[in-house]
Amino acid sequence: MEKPVIIGIGYTRIGEHWEKSLRELAVEAALMALDNAGVNRVDAIYVSNMMSGALQEQEHLGSLIATYLGLKGTPACKIEAACASGGMAIHQAFLAVASGYYDTVLVVGVEKMTDRLTSEVTFALAMAEDREYVVSTGATFVGLNALLYRLYLTKFNVDQKSIAKFPVIAHENALNAPHAQLKRKISVEDVLSSPIIADPIHLFECAPIGDGAAALVIASPKAAKESQKDTYIELAGSAAATDIMSLHERLDLLTLFASVKASQKAYKMAKVKPSDIDILEVHDAFSILAPIALEDLGFAKKGEGWKMIENMDVSLSGNLPTNTMGGLKARGHPVGATGIYQAVDAILQLKGEAGKNQVDNPTLALLQSTGGVGGTVVVNILKKR
Amino acid sequence: MKPLREVGIAGYGVYIPMYRIKAKEIARVWKRAGKLPIEEKSVVGLDEDSATMAVEAALNALKRARIDPSSIGAIRLGTESKPYAVKPTATIVAEAIGASPKVAAADLEFACKAGTEAMESCIALVASSMVRYALAIGVDTAQGRPRDELEYTAGCGAAAYIFSLKSSETLAYIEASLSYATDTPDFWRRPGEIYPQHAQRFTGAPAYFHHIISAAKMLMDELGLKPSDFKYAVFHQPNLKFPISVGLKLGFKKEQILPGIVANIIGNTYAASSLMGLASVLDKATSGDRILLVSYGSGAGSDAFSIVVQDAIEEKRNLAPLVSDYINRRKYINYSTYLYFRGKINM
Amino acid sequence: MSVPRYWRERKIKYRLIGGKCKTCGRSFYPPRKVCPYCSSREVEKILLPRKGKVLSYAIIHVPPKGFENYSPYVVAIVELENGARVLAQLTDIDENEVKIGLEVEAVFRKYSEQSPEGIIEYGIKFRPVLKHAA
Repeated sequence: MEKPVIIGIGYTRIGEHWEKSLRELAVEAALMALDNAGVNRVDAIYVSNMMSGALQEQEHLGSLIATYLGLKGTPACKIEAACASGGMAIHQAFLAVASGYYDTVLVVGVEKMTDRLTSEVTFALAMAEDREYVVSTGATFVGLNALLYRLYLTKFNVDQKSIAKFPVIAHENALNAPHAQLKRKISVEDVLSSPIIADPIHLFECAPIGDGAAALVIASPKAAKESQKDTYIELAGSAAATDIMSLHERLDLLTLFASVKASQKAYKMAKVKPSDIDILEVHDAFSILAPIALEDLGFAKKGEGWKMIENMDVSLSGNLPTNTMGGLKARGHPVGATGIYQAVDAILQLKGEAGKNQVDNPTLALLQSTGGVGGTVVVNILKKR
Repeated sequence: MKPLREVGIAGYGVYIPMYRIKAKEIARVWKRAGKLPIEEKSVVGLDEDSATMAVEAALNALKRARIDPSSIGAIRLGTESKPYAVKPTATIVAEAIGASPKVAAADLEFACKAGTEAMESCIALVASSMVRYALAIGVDTAQGRPRDELEYTAGCGAAAYIFSLKSSETLAYIEASLSYATDTPDFWRRPGEIYPQHAQRFTGAPAYFHHIISAAKMLMDELGLKPSDFKYAVFHQPNLKFPISVGLKLGFKKEQILPGIVANIIGNTYAASSLMGLASVLDKATSGDRILLVSYGSGAGSDAFSIVVQDAIEEKRNLAPLVSDYINRRKYINYSTYLYFRGKINM
Repeated sequence: MSVPRYWRERKIKYRLIGGKCKTCGRSFYPPRKVCPYCSSREVEKILLPRKGKVLSYAIIHVPPKGFENYSPYVVAIVELENGARVLAQLTDIDENEVKIGLEVEAVFRKYSEQSPEGIIEYGIKFRPVLKHAA
């Protein structure tokens, strides 16, 4: 199988875009990616998004975006896997191009969250979980992650301060990321004194609500040559997995089995191991997901992921720079677009375009895109060629 | 009223919510001086209503009856605080306990005697062999108008009784009953009103006292019994004073009346009131004890029952929580929390 | 308003009816045609045990639509006596008194209302075990 390559990236700043609609954001990011790729048509369009129906009363995004890009005729559809929609869209594009059926695919992730009240957004986000038997109990998405957080702290006897350090590092990184939503320094005290959303999760441990769109043009090596790109970012590994959807039904609550399965397959495809990874993008919708991801993706033993945060191994100057542009917490988390933003941030690093946050000569990046509380995980591994 | 076949109680159960507010706390808010009608009353939590309380009381009765819930042929639920003005509470209970779908279920209303009305109905259904087991429930989450006299006593609770033909499995049987009803508007609520109205002192002699005394005397005359033939006398208890007073007027002694009084510490549980008193007596009675039970419902009427305890009480009593187990489970709240729990300050 | 959606699950929600896999022996809630653990289709409906203990809990301070009047409230993963796990609210307890390992029992309570004029949604919550002789 010839592995597809990413030949163009596009993205908007993440924030409260009062003046821009969902389609305008998507078009902005998509046109930037097409221009960056040097192409003006593609064989297919995948739009990754989670809540356009619930929050915008808009479905059929494939046709909508194709129309607004002036690309009528191009096959297009919405890809949805809750918060893993972005990673899943990349995976679907990988499959489409690797199969040989399509030569170029545009993947554009978009989410418009700020048109509705927080209680409505909270309700829509909870659609990532079982409506009948979980959401009906009043358990919010934050609440479910809080259940996981409390178990982790209790089982491994960890001080919450060590985990609260992750958002601090995230904010530090975002200071030099032009497209990041939150650009202010915070301390561990700030984090732990911020309002409690669902005990033990504090406000500053949660990714913010914001609007944004990011896009990639994924192509076969043959099509990439034709567009005359000299640095190729190869999709060296791409794998997805599900777990039992509801956290409480799983046998081992502290392992996101889908992360383990997807990453093991992705490593195998890319013929690399965890120690080969230079840049990591983890899905830190809540701070607790970071140490658990480090463990499940093979970078730390179970129960010891928090040490990599405490020791600053995950900082820009550490041995595994993670979420170098601020991750979900500070770069932002327009849900359906997040998986694409992770790719954008990793590619900026791989291409040497990360500015003040540039890590020294990275070659391999691993992206973890998580839906629900690990109900779906997609792992994509990017390799600089 | 004596049915053609004798009917007994196969199981009984109660439920009292855990929250309490002291009458003194209510008096503090309104700066009321003088003696208070009770010490404290029970208050439902935010997630409770007549349906939820009725379900727990019914499940407790099922534990004592030791029967499959699907064998309950009828449910009669008496209340004046239905969660739906139109939609029966009894069907919610039927589904929740597993008695649905082959069951005759309906709600009854007769102010504070809706619970004993439910019992009368169940006795008849069982005695006629229309059903094998019938479940009678009295339940209320009575609302007290702020500052009104009744705010001090309007409490919350549920009591459930499962009836069957008298047998060695029944823990008590009904000797006879008698109902006495007149059109006496002492306490009422028009549709759309949140709080009831009452005619103050008129609720005493011509209402509560007249109906209870009449029903009790008529029943005892019919059965040829006197107060000394009874071990216990349980009355509807809107406060501490009235049931003691009516009992003494009928010729009973304090030691016959006091064991059946719980209103002083949980308030007036309206349709559950006399049923709750009966349960607290059954919690301590022994085989052979005769109990007089007389309810009172505004509007107005009384149901009087003569009940005799059987052997099965000894092994059935501890199969479910006693009234005292629920009384001992309590958490005091202040007046503002009370307003919030009772839905008087909401988002 | 979505009456049928709530109505069809009522028996399961009112009585804590679960599924038990005849092949691997695990129990789960709600019941379903295929065992989530071993994929067997030999699943039977059972009445789940009413007692269990708290495995983990979270105190919700920012509630979703429909639960505004109740916050803060506690949601917990309860492991029932037969190993089945249920996600439910805890009730009749101060949120500061909840502990991992707390022994709890099932009770029938109100969860929410679809709207002030709409239907009431009931279900099972868990409370600290009531002390009594039985």
